[in-house]
Amino acid sequence: MAEISDSGGGKKKGGKVRAKKMSTKIDFTPMVDLGFLLITFFMLTTTLLKPQTMKITMPEKDQIQDSTKIKESTAMTVILSERNRIYYYFGITDPQVEITNYDATKGIRKVLKEKNKRNIDQIDALRAKVAKKQITQEQYKEEVGKINADRNSLMVLVKADDKATYKNLIDMLDELKINDVGKYAIVDITDAEKELLAAAEANAQ
Amino acid sequence: MPKVKIPRKSTSIDMTAMCDVAFLLLTFFMLTTKFKPDEAVVVDTPSSISEVKLPETDIIQILIDKQGRVFFGIDGQGTRAATLDMMAQKYGVTFTPEERAKFSLVENFGVPVQQLKQFLALSPTERQKVAVPGIPIDSTNNQLGFWIQYARMNNRKFRVAIKGDKQSKYPVVKRVFDVIQERQLNDFYFITSLEDNPNKVKLSSAAK
Repeated sequence: MAEISDSGGGKKKGGKVRAKKMSTKIDFTPMVDLGFLLITFFMLTTTLLKPQTMKITMPEKDQIQDSTKIKESTAMTVILSERNRIYYYFGITDPQVEITNYDATKGIRKVLKEKNKRNIDQIDALRAKVAKKQITQEQYKEEVGKINADRNSLMVLVKADDKATYKNLIDMLDELKINDVGKYAIVDITDAEKELLAAAEANAQ
Repeated sequence: MPKVKIPRKSTSIDMTAMCDVAFLLLTFFMLTTKFKPDEAVVVDTPSSISEVKLPETDIIQILIDKQGRVFFGIDGQGTRAATLDMMAQKYGVTFTPEERAKFSLVENFGVPVQQLKQFLALSPTERQKVAVPGIPIDSTNNQLGFWIQYARMNNRKFRVAIKGDKQSKYPVVKRVFDVIQERQLNDFYFITSLEDNPNKVKLSSAAK
């Protein structure tokens, strides 16, 4: 392998001492080995993918009760609880609590899809337009904003009891995003609602 | 017909080209790499469909682990030291210049200010092993709130990113939200891992 060969430039009888002729070729194999070793190291330690995030804007603390008056017909309250259960009801004054879960076909997604159908259809139409390059991304965002700001679009209040986990919350926010619900807020659970949950649980059994 | 003689070729290959490629790639990876920050705890984040990327700088990271312990970490060595000084003054703890220097290298930590001295005395590997109580967040001893407040005083551009574990209990998470909101910060990020978006299917079929 190594081509640094010793071509035995011995002494000639009484002649001059000649410098040995060395080959100019160097064997690069160990250097390549080293290079690839380091590449492997950097490839394994590198974090090319930045973490994904979800941005959320919470309502201002003292404004929750007063200024965001919600229309009765558009309000939906979702309460997250233990064992991946979701309790939900529509309206404000006369809550009819129902139980569901995070199942992709039968769970909360189906409920939201039905309730928010009008907005989903509108936004889907806009998406199709973007895909066909009929409108720009900016126009799309503006239109979506208008749809969400509409007084008749669904407003979801997300609440969670003490037994819910962080995953439940993120999953719920995800469901809202999947169903293009633009208006939602994370709110504290009230004592009255805790009682409602207990009652709903008793009913279900 | 005379036999065609196949000339004997040398078996050694010229490695120069391969070496070039190897080092080119090496340079690329060395320049693009950003080492994984060593986190004080292992946090298994839930997945979401959101594709928003986390900004690279100016982030206050709050970790919430399975047991509900809270960890805090900020960007920038100068900011870390400055924030530590303000915390030290607030809680009447003094730190030596060596401790400040050590603290400015800590990616994130989960001990109350009072125990920070002992914590900094440990070596980085020992810090991983030692059991830490987490940063106090209850209203009587709200150190997390002050950490956020002072960090923001040193760098106005700071945004809060919460990295919670799947199994973190909701009350702790809610309390952290409240602490952040008490500091007049109403928008923040949740760090999640990526999951398929069912709407993508809809989108691609709409494009056809």
